[in-house]
Amino acid sequence: MKSATCGSLESNDCLITVSESDILDIKINSIVYDLFGDAIFKVVLETLNQLGINNLKVTVNDKGALDYAIRARLITAIKRLEK
Amino acid sequence: MRRSLLFIPGNNPGMLQTADVFEADSIIIDLEDAISLFDKDSARNLTKSFLESFPVQKEVIIRVNSIDSKYFTEDLDIIVTDKIDTIMLPKAMPEDIIKLDNLLSKIEKEKKLKKKIKVIPLVELAKSVLVIEEIVKIPRVDGVLLGAEDLASDMEVSRTNDSVEILYPRAKVALACIAAKIEAIDTPFISTLDIDGLIKDANFAKSLGFKAKACIHPNQVSYVNSVFSPSKEQIEFSLRVLEGSKSNIKGAFSIDGKMIDKPIIERAEKIISRAKRFGLL
Repeated sequence: MKSATCGSLESNDCLITVSESDILDIKINSIVYDLFGDAIFKVVLETLNQLGINNLKVTVNDKGALDYAIRARLITAIKRLEK
Repeated sequence: MRRSLLFIPGNNPGMLQTADVFEADSIIIDLEDAISLFDKDSARNLTKSFLESFPVQKEVIIRVNSIDSKYFTEDLDIIVTDKIDTIMLPKAMPEDIIKLDNLLSKIEKEKKLKKKIKVIPLVELAKSVLVIEEIVKIPRVDGVLLGAEDLASDMEVSRTNDSVEILYPRAKVALACIAAKIEAIDTPFISTLDIDGLIKDANFAKSLGFKAKACIHPNQVSYVNSVFSPSKEQIEFSLRVLEGSKSNIKGAFSIDGKMIDKPIIERAEKIISRAKRFGLL
């Protein structure tokens, strides 16, 4: 299955992996999951909605990334997958 | 008006988020040498997303990839918005800067930008040093950064602690910038733990006419600011000169036995202008 990644596991960053899928499947692993898991899910979902994507597997390994970084890493990973 | 310009890698969220914390007058978000070929797209998108989310309260300069690279056009397309102030162009030659000028004019029009993006050419080739007089005359050029590491590589010489190998390029760039009334920005000092060396190097650059210095580590910023700021004594003396010039309309007068005439009054005006800009008055 074709996949692509973007980001890193450094502090304040996240590593996002996207893979082709028939359904929307979002998995989040975060050092701040209890506090911000829902917020990270929301950023991912909003970004996918803006891009008109509803069938993709997204795995977020978060090390405390802010919304802008999650959004940028996801967009880049998707563009890499499309290449 | 700048004293310190801090390089920040465009692909590092932790460092981008601290852009406003340090006392640098400008930040240079780097899309070029600090970014691996694999992450050019990633750095560009992260930088764009960061600038859209966080207003930076200082000059935002983007070092794009060189004009002959395959990344240059996309860098400009994505990164040029009202959120940035200046494009830094690596390995710049006059024809490259004119091409960039035309591209920026087109983008400014298409995106209806409210500001005119400035350009800082990076002079880091021997042939660029030799045409520096042409470079500084291009209207969009707002300052010139001397890039000593690439220049030394181009010259096939080793970098030394006293930088004697770049004395001529340094002096030539500084003089050309002064003549064109733009800022000469000195090359970064790469030994980030050698603070005494940094201060000595910055003072020497200042003595040649440089007005600012690029920094590659946050711990360099306060020292560079200190070197390129007017001293307390300079400010006090300049205030006395300007006060004296108001009541001495005939021309020359004296302060503490020193003759004060037009060049000294003009220098005092520049010192006070810098002092005000950097919050020292």
